[in-house]
Amino acid sequence: MSKYHKLYIPRDSSSLSLGAEKVAVAFQLALQSTNTHNTTIVRNGSRGLYWLEPMIEVDTPEGRIAFGPVKARDVDSLIAHGALEGKRTHPLCLGLTEEIPYLKKQQRLTFARAGIVDPVSLDDYLATDGYKGLKRALKMTGQMIVDEVKESGLRGRGGAAFPTGIKWQTVLDAQLGKEQGAKSSQKYIVCNADEGDSGTFADRLQMEADPFGLIEGMTIAGLAVGATEGFIYLREEYPHAHEILNQAISIAEQNNYLGDNVLSSGQAFNLEVRLGAKAYICGEETAMLESLEGKRGMVRPKPPLPALEGFFGQPTVVNNVLSLSTIAIILARGADFYKKFGMGRSLGTMPFQLAGNLKYAGLVEIAFGITLRELLFDFGGGSLNGRPLRAVQAGGPLGAYLPELQWDVQMDYEALAALGGVLGHGGIVAFDDKVDMSEQARFSMEFCVVESCGKCTPCRIGSTRGVEVIDNIRAGVDRDNNIELLEELCETMVDGSLCAMGGMTPFPVQSALKHFAEDFS
Amino acid sequence: MKRSSNATSSGSLSLEKMAANSAQLSLINTHIDNNEHRLGPLLPLLHDIQNEIGYIPDMAISEISKRLNLSRAEVHGVVSFYHHFSTKPRGRHIVEVCCAESCQALGGRELQQYAKDKLGLDWYQTSKDGEITLEPVYCLGNCACSPAVRVGMQMLGRVDNDDFDELIDALTTVPLTLI
Repeated sequence: MSKYHKLYIPRDSSSLSLGAEKVAVAFQLALQSTNTHNTTIVRNGSRGLYWLEPMIEVDTPEGRIAFGPVKARDVDSLIAHGALEGKRTHPLCLGLTEEIPYLKKQQRLTFARAGIVDPVSLDDYLATDGYKGLKRALKMTGQMIVDEVKESGLRGRGGAAFPTGIKWQTVLDAQLGKEQGAKSSQKYIVCNADEGDSGTFADRLQMEADPFGLIEGMTIAGLAVGATEGFIYLREEYPHAHEILNQAISIAEQNNYLGDNVLSSGQAFNLEVRLGAKAYICGEETAMLESLEGKRGMVRPKPPLPALEGFFGQPTVVNNVLSLSTIAIILARGADFYKKFGMGRSLGTMPFQLAGNLKYAGLVEIAFGITLRELLFDFGGGSLNGRPLRAVQAGGPLGAYLPELQWDVQMDYEALAALGGVLGHGGIVAFDDKVDMSEQARFSMEFCVVESCGKCTPCRIGSTRGVEVIDNIRAGVDRDNNIELLEELCETMVDGSLCAMGGMTPFPVQSALKHFAEDFS
Repeated sequence: MKRSSNATSSGSLSLEKMAANSAQLSLINTHIDNNEHRLGPLLPLLHDIQNEIGYIPDMAISEISKRLNLSRAEVHGVVSFYHHFSTKPRGRHIVEVCCAESCQALGGRELQQYAKDKLGLDWYQTSKDGEITLEPVYCLGNCACSPAVRVGMQMLGRVDNDDFDELIDALTTVPLTLI
């Protein structure tokens, strides 16, 4: 009786950064000489349990058994211990993957397939309920799809948290713009995959672990609003996501899931990946559209909203990777299923990303409402180096630094906003007690100097002055007056900037001043 | 004698240079041909040129402006806006060290300094042998494995000084001289 085993070795950027490729090569070589158990290697995405990566998995009748973190030098002993036949005697054995508490406690909806499937296998995707949402959407009118998305309560996962269904309604109802040059009038779907916030990696993992989920979500968006062209604006810093997305798109085209006649429905949807070129500001939707048009990534004043006048002046849906990927689940399982998760006006689940100085850094997808402290300690395990944690930056480089007295906040959009913080894209970066908060505040301003598009004065000049004023404070020059000056400068930037770059850069600075004043003396 | 030998070598050099220039020009035009039909062709076009030539030469800016009916200032404006595009030749390997918050929380600032000292380079400088250009990057999306470094398709996580040494050893074909 011939047995057939699958050995899963991840291929997402972070696993590769920890040596997953070397592990895969070592297994390949070992299996060439002795493959008595018909083992085939599958390169999956990652489950996002990064302290265990490279984490390999083996199929057994009880479920997948995990081993990790595996180094190339462990390969021989793993084979000798019978790991490939599912024996659990090797010291690196973690037991059944699904029983690992970090994973078991999560509610994975958007990331249901991450680490389970081969990201570029359409068969794997279909076998895990893939394209169920699209097939359902093809039987619905655009308005019915938009209503379902509204009903789900989904809010933009990129950071601004605008209700996705309402945005789609605007595009569905929008009149086409005038033709511009050779560009004909039509609506567009643009996926914002310019995930520039430090401490965030959920978009990357989604694209590298389950690209068809994003492709399906974008196709549904196209059907909903009547758009036949889509673009994924991907940051240049994600070369592996680029490769995987392009492979997946070409497979979807070959199998009629993309193209001029999607699943023989008579409806068209074509998709293309466009690379950014290292500019944080291009994560702002209007700057991104400018960039996509081939211009400098300068922020546009709003109105007009991109939903009315977006890419080349045409009505355009601009959504984040996670929002669009979640659409596929909402259409497949229904709005009622999705909105059972969450609290208040934050419905569904949020993929939180634990980063910085944490023992168990990784992806935690769970319903809104979990406290920051639970994320930091129950999931994150406290600091990596054993020192006490002191400050946590939530929501990326434009998010406030939260001191310990705020860590019991429930993670939802409104609760964090009430503290002067932001949930943003769900990134959480922890710092230990060695952190110098005036240095962090200076970095926030410095980052704005480097990344400001320069269109509005508070952001362009304010950030440069901000660095100078903080330098003076740090050097002890006229401290009290300079702190007052910094506070005023922050207010000016918040009130007077055109977009979130200048308007939110002061958040980490103000929070550092307020909660960590001792670092400025 | 010296003068004439100089003249000869600079004469033949300029011939070589002319040949190289015309080869480069035809490359640039091929990439324009491949991209001009696209909506918003400029960024994909600049990526193609930089991927092939290593940077965006002056002649590309003139040629693109002619063919895409843009002003030189517009094309230059786009090239100079994005940190990724370079108008100068760069090293064979671009070593990017992450400077963002998550990496800072785990010794990223020390790693940045170590990288600069080890290579004797500041940001955007290239080693004398033309092997390595050192660049800052604001987040590689490897924040659960900070600090992070990237060289092209190669990602590295939890990088300490020894890992950085190992990386540079692997990248350099000749020993580096510290300045």
